[in-house]
Amino acid sequence: MSQINRLMKRGLVDRDKSISFRFDGQRLEGHPGDTLASALLANGIRLVGRSFKYHRPRGVLTAGSEEPNALVELRTGAHREPNTRATTIELYEGLDAASQNRWPSLKYDLLSVNQLVSPIFGAGFYYKTFMWPASFWEKLYEPTIRRAAGLGYPSKQPDPDTYEKANAFCDVIVIGAGAAGLSAALSAARAGARVILCDEDFVLGGRLLAERGEIDGKPTQEWAAAAAAELESFPDCRILRRTTVFGVYDGGVYAAVERVGDHLRKPAPYTPRQRLWRIVAKQSVVCAGAFERPIVFGDNDRPGVMLASAVRTYVNRFGVTPGRAVVVFADNDAALSTAKDLSDSGVEVRAIVDPRPDASPTAGQAATAIGAEYVSGIVDSVSGAHGIKSVRIKDTQGRMTLFNCDLLAVSGGWNPAINLTTHLGGKPVWDEARSCLVPGALAPGMRVAGAAAGRFSLDACLASGETAGGESARDCGFSPAAPSRSAPAQDDERVTPVWHVQSRGGKAFVDLQNDVTVSDVKLAAREGFRVPDHLKRYTTLGMATDQGKTSNLNGAALLAEVTGRYLGSVGSTTFRPPYTPVAIGALAGHHRGKEFRPKRLPPSHRWAEENGAEFVEVGAWMRALMFPKSGETAQETVDREVANTRNNVGVCDVSTLGKIDVQGPDAGTLLDRVYINGFSKLPVGKARYGLMLREDGFAMDDGTTARLADDHFYMTTTTANAVRVSQHLEFCQQVLWPELDVQTVSQTEQWAQYAVAGPQSRKVIEALLDSGQDISNEAFPYMACGTFTVCGGTPARLFRLSFSGELAYEIGVPARFGDALIRAIMDDGAEHGIGPYGTEALGVMRIEKGHAAGPELNGQTTAHDLGLGRMMSRKKDFIGRFMGEREALNEASRATLIGLKPLDPKMRVSAGAHLVPRHAKADAANDQGYVTSQAYSPELESFIGLAMLSDGPARYGEVVRVCDPLRNYETLAEVCSPHFVDPEGERLRV
Amino acid sequence: MRITCPYCGARGLEEFTYRGDATVTRPSSIDARATEAWVDYVYLRDNPAGLHKEFWQHSAGCRAWLEVARDTTTHEIVAVELAAKER
Repeated sequence: MSQINRLMKRGLVDRDKSISFRFDGQRLEGHPGDTLASALLANGIRLVGRSFKYHRPRGVLTAGSEEPNALVELRTGAHREPNTRATTIELYEGLDAASQNRWPSLKYDLLSVNQLVSPIFGAGFYYKTFMWPASFWEKLYEPTIRRAAGLGYPSKQPDPDTYEKANAFCDVIVIGAGAAGLSAALSAARAGARVILCDEDFVLGGRLLAERGEIDGKPTQEWAAAAAAELESFPDCRILRRTTVFGVYDGGVYAAVERVGDHLRKPAPYTPRQRLWRIVAKQSVVCAGAFERPIVFGDNDRPGVMLASAVRTYVNRFGVTPGRAVVVFADNDAALSTAKDLSDSGVEVRAIVDPRPDASPTAGQAATAIGAEYVSGIVDSVSGAHGIKSVRIKDTQGRMTLFNCDLLAVSGGWNPAINLTTHLGGKPVWDEARSCLVPGALAPGMRVAGAAAGRFSLDACLASGETAGGESARDCGFSPAAPSRSAPAQDDERVTPVWHVQSRGGKAFVDLQNDVTVSDVKLAAREGFRVPDHLKRYTTLGMATDQGKTSNLNGAALLAEVTGRYLGSVGSTTFRPPYTPVAIGALAGHHRGKEFRPKRLPPSHRWAEENGAEFVEVGAWMRALMFPKSGETAQETVDREVANTRNNVGVCDVSTLGKIDVQGPDAGTLLDRVYINGFSKLPVGKARYGLMLREDGFAMDDGTTARLADDHFYMTTTTANAVRVSQHLEFCQQVLWPELDVQTVSQTEQWAQYAVAGPQSRKVIEALLDSGQDISNEAFPYMACGTFTVCGGTPARLFRLSFSGELAYEIGVPARFGDALIRAIMDDGAEHGIGPYGTEALGVMRIEKGHAAGPELNGQTTAHDLGLGRMMSRKKDFIGRFMGEREALNEASRATLIGLKPLDPKMRVSAGAHLVPRHAKADAANDQGYVTSQAYSPELESFIGLAMLSDGPARYGEVVRVCDPLRNYETLAEVCSPHFVDPEGERLRV
Repeated sequence: MRITCPYCGARGLEEFTYRGDATVTRPSSIDARATEAWVDYVYLRDNPAGLHKEFWQHSAGCRAWLEVARDTTTHEIVAVELAAKER
């Protein structure tokens, strides 16, 4: 099909080049510079979609991002993006778009029968119609409604495109590049300010591209191009085209999304599809323009009904006429230029219909000049379902006239785009003279200029933009030139708004996107929804992708009318970010899949990979879970790793434990105050287990701290709490006790640390040490620590600590030697039967030894509950002491750490199960505790568990029920000491 | 939101960690008579609409704990100072 509605002249499209694209499978052509909407209109296509609830045929209403109707699914397969506005899609070669919400086809949509049953789809129909039975909601009502109503469908496949995030800083951000925005950016940039100018369009100019005025003797389109060129020449002015500023945040932070590759068939190599900008600006000038508002009348949604300003855009910017025979229906003289521009392009304008109570001489003259009829009256009805064929006009005397036409250009005045001015809580105010909401109190550093401020005339836009840009630069310390333009004092036409007219036609739509009609608003008002925010939630007016940009004020005006109130007192809904829809992918950026968050790899990671480790995520760390051999089950692997450690020697990377250096003359004092037990008396060369509480008396973290020198301690924390403990120490040192002469610093990443455990561990460590260093049991006993050198001069820290319960060491070297050290340990240990073990075997051995870990340090346990009550010092204050001594935190009846041995050793002691007395009913009243950890103990050849049981230590030998109703599991277990293996600790001290 | 760290200058919110009310003081006494003061310190917090003093740490920067005076109704940050005071 040829472009039957393409004009011979006018516009910024390149008629010498053609672009082919598809709509609903039909191959069509457009030109560079077109949007999908302008190209469809050029091809005479008026029907582009079906509406949300009633499946009404819909066309293009606007020429911008406020479009409620012309939503399409863009691209195919995994790239498919639903609900994309045809009015903002830049045409590219090979573009493939499909209409939405129709079946089987756009022209013959079976679900348009919804129109016939429309009474049940009235305001609040969800709440009224589908009340009961409640169980029907999820099973029947919701799925049915979702199938029948709705917008486009997502691809349901992973998004194949890439997105990125960027930060930018500037003195002045100018949002919108129309007459006001270009003027603002020019005056700020000329003053020397660093300027960022953002515009959602792909050409700078805004309405300047769509109108035929002149600035400084130049056509507006040329002036815009010259202004853009001048801005490009400033090294500190960045122009972001195709970039929507969608949110305003505290502290001068602006969020914007740049559509880097959306106008291409595929993003260019190594570029993202979209880029999320966070722009920090000292000052901002919002020049977001305004939205023309429709007049509401019966069947005002028919394809061919279009906003008058959009008609001008298509004619003047795209060289397309949306119709061949036109009626203009407007309550303001500004819309008359639509009739003139059409007529000048050879399009027949049949009538100008003016609903204002007083006829306008200007309008009458304008009509006469182009040979159109001027009627003081209203649109009474519209015919033509898939595209209007005629309109019936009723004049003030009630006489009807039928005009055959295929385009009805409508204007009800303009609403400033105030959205961004309200994101930080600014309330818009009603401007009676201009009949619109204008920005109220503004965010710090923000100015509004041009149509966004309610200054609609071209002169006012240019002048207010120039002034705002200059003042913004001045507030950043620059000296702008004196403004060259001054706004006319009385620049704007006083508006006599006509919100809706009583017509005979069918449904009169207030919100086209959500199919909210005049009768819905009236019904809602009768039912008590008298506030715009309530009206919105009850009727959905102003929801979805357009957020009511063309409907909110009409809805409020109608609400004011039916409730008999002054429109200025009705208020408006609250605008929140985003201004237009933002893809979740853009917000996520690179943070998806395995890149969702940074991954931390311990120093032995590469070696562990080479040795077939299975990994587990522990916080951000990837730790080796186990080192399976071929043919083994997971249980066999863990059993083997445990047995080899207990019988020979094993090695495990424990670098992920938090490691904190504590240095200074008062280091011991600080530790005395953060641990429940004392550290200042700990001899140099010794380590000690310590427990920390929160200030409320509950356990926070535990670990060992070693004294390397009088004024130098080296603390370890659990992996999970490494960050938290570090912050806690810094808080104690900086805020609570700044008088202490001590500093703390995290060393977690700086040291690689390995546990070498088992009867042969001393031989392995001895082989690593440079000669002349003695670690015999006498020279380096249990809980000793010291600095050594290994492998020919590498500094090392050695700690005789044991989590496994065996003779064991932890050896640390600077992290850069970590990979070399694990290989050296494995080499030197080979003759002693060394094998690596993962976190699973580590867990088994600590449960066998009854050491508390994460599941026991669960935020609900006290020192008493962990069996460590006697460690609490009576001699000193420490964090959590006062609250930790409360009676209720130390009662014997509290759930306290014990061990559990199932009567049948093959039965698991399910972690999370609750404990009840053997012969009691398994209910909440008899709940006496819960299982925290469970493992299979190769040494005991039985499953075992750790649990918290009321009065636990006094009940060794008692049999309790282990009830796990979630997993439908139960077993009997005997209460015992949590120290299953080597309770006296003899193996540690050899 | 941005916070001006006295050491590092204005930085984005994501570099900071929030702790809470900076108007409470840890009781110095562990005498039984201090119970009320401890309960106040550990559990009771005002929730003022308006100016509030809060602890924030520049955790992804210099690690300094800060006292930030913030208007809870507007998020305006009125003053930032180091929490570590000379004693």
